[in-house]
Amino acid sequence: MRSKTHIQTTINGEERDFLCEPRQSLLEVLRDTLNLTGTKEGCNDGNCGSCTVTLDGRLVTSCLVLAVEAEGREIGTIEGVAQGNHLHPIQKAFLENAALQCGVCTPGFIVATKVLLEKEPDPSEERIRFFLANNLCRCTGYDKIVQAVQAAALNLRGTKETQA
Amino acid sequence: MKWFEYEAPTTLADALAILDANPGACLLAGGTDLLVQLRAGRKQTDLVLDIKRIPELNEISFDSASGLTLGAAVCCAEAYEHPLVKQHYPALAEVASIIGGTQIQGRASIGGNLCNAAPSADAVPLLIALGAVCRVVGIHGERELPVEDFCLAPGQNAMNPGELLVSLRFPAPLPASGAHYLRFIPRNEMDIAVAGVGVSVTLENGAFKAARIALASVAPKPLFVPAAGDSLKGKPVSAESLDAAAQLAKAAASPISDMRGTVEYRRHLCAVLTRRALEAAVRQALGQAQETR
Ligand SMILES: Cc1cc2nc3c(=O)[nH]c(=O)nc-3n(C[C@H](O)[C@H](O)[C@H](O)COP(=O)(O)OP(=O)(O)OC[C@H]3O[C@@H](n4cnc5c(N)ncnc54)[C@H](O)[C@@H]3O)c2cc1C
Ligand code: FES
Ligand code: FES
Repeated sequence: MRSKTHIQTTINGEERDFLCEPRQSLLEVLRDTLNLTGTKEGCNDGNCGSCTVTLDGRLVTSCLVLAVEAEGREIGTIEGVAQGNHLHPIQKAFLENAALQCGVCTPGFIVATKVLLEKEPDPSEERIRFFLANNLCRCTGYDKIVQAVQAAALNLRGTKETQA
Repeated sequence: MKWFEYEAPTTLADALAILDANPGACLLAGGTDLLVQLRAGRKQTDLVLDIKRIPELNEISFDSASGLTLGAAVCCAEAYEHPLVKQHYPALAEVASIIGGTQIQGRASIGGNLCNAAPSADAVPLLIALGAVCRVVGIHGERELPVEDFCLAPGQNAMNPGELLVSLRFPAPLPASGAHYLRFIPRNEMDIAVAGVGVSVTLENGAFKAARIALASVAPKPLFVPAAGDSLKGKPVSAESLDAAAQLAKAAASPISDMRGTVEYRRHLCAVLTRRALEAAVRQALGQAQETR
C-alpha cells in the first residue's frame, strides 16, 4: 500500500501538518509542499549546508532528514528568523557587510549563525570558521561572511547589555 | 529515492520484531550515510526503520566503576556536549566534534559511524583504542563484541540479520591514562581521512603500563595493531619507544593508492600520526596524573 503519511509538526513556532511520502526529504517538503522556499537546495548530500534548518534546536541539513522524521518535532527555518518586517540583526549584518552575492548559501549561513551566537555570543574568528565549515559559499570567499558574523555578534552583545 | 515504507518504533522489542519480519530493512540513525547511499542507489530497501525513538539507543550514562554507556543513536553533538563525556572521555568528545561539520554532527551518530563500517570512519580507531565493546541485540538474545572485531570489510560488519547495535560500553578511564585520535586531511574539516590513528595509553612510574593503537583509511577495515601497542608495555616514555611503536603501526598498514594519497604516503603518515597521537595521549595521561595527586 503506497499511501502518503500524515505528519504533524511545529515549524517556526506554528503547528503545521502535511502529507508526504516516506522517501521525501524534509527539504523537498519544506520547499515543494509547504512553499517555504527560503531553504535552498545545493548538493542534496549533506555537504553544502544551503538546506540548513534546526530540528529540535539542533542544526541539521534538511536534505538528509526524512520529512516523516519531523513528526512531533520542532523545525526552524530561515522564514522564522526575521521578526515580521524587521530583519534580524544577523540578516542586517549580512546586508551591511555585503556577505552575499548570489544568496543561495545565505539562508543556511544565517540559520547556522543564529544558533552559534545564541550559544556563544563572542566566538573567535577561528571558532566562527570552524562552526560554519558545513556551509559552503561559491561567491564571497568567506571573509565577508565572517566579518558579518562578527558584526552581528558585537551588535547582539550590545543589545543584551543595554537590556540588562 | 525509490519508494520505501518508514517505521519509528519506540521500544527495542518492537524494533527487533519489525526487523525480524523484514530482514531487508535498513536501520536509520542520523542518516548521514544511509540517506546518501539510498539516494545514490548504492543501497535499496522496502523499509527504513528509524531507531532514534528507542530509549536504549539514546542512553548516555557514566559510572566511575563500570564506565560509559553510549546509546548507538546518540548524535555526535549530543555526545560532545555531554559534561561526563567531556570530562572522562575527552578524546571521544573530540573525535565526535570532527566528524563532518556542525550540521552533520547534529545527526551523525557514533553507532552509525561504526555500523557503516567504512575503513575511513574517524570514530572507530579511537573506539578500538579505548577498548569499547558493542552491545548487539537480536530477537533471540544479545551478545557483546569488542569494536576491533566488529568491522569485517568496507560496508560490512559482524552483525547477523535481525540484530542491531544498541550501545557502546567504554571501560572506566584508568588513572594516568590518556587517548587521542589524529587524522590527516587536506583541509581542516569536512573531508575524508587520508590516514588516521587512534591511541590510548596508561602510564606508571614514567613507563607505559599499557597502550592500544588502531588505524583508519590504511586497510579494508579499521585496523587494530596490537603489536604496536604491546611494544610499549614496560618501556619508558621516550622518543625511541614511541618511534618503535610508530614503525610497527606503519608495518601493519596495507593501504591502497587513490586520489587522496599513495601507498607510500599513507604508510609514512601512519608512522608520523602514531608518534604524534601517542605524544598527545601521554601529555593527557601526565596531566591527569598530576590532577589526581
Ligand atoms: C557531509 C558529510 C561529511 C562527513 N564527514 C565525516 C567525517 O569527517 N568522518 C567520518 O568518519 N564520517 C563522516 N561522514 C560519514 C557519516 O556522517 C558518519 O559515518 C556518521 O557517523 C554515520 O552515522 P549516522 O547516524 O548518520 O548513520 P546512518 O546513516 O543512520 O547509518 C549508517 C549505517 O549503519 C547502519 N546503522 C546505524 N545505526 C545502527 C545500529 N544501531 N545498529 C545496526 N545498524 C545501524 C545503518 O543501517 C547504515 O547502514 C560524513 C558524511 C557526510 C554526509
Ligand atoms: S542541499 Fe543539503 S547540504 Fe547541500
Ligand atoms: S553568495 Fe553565492 S554561494 Fe554564497
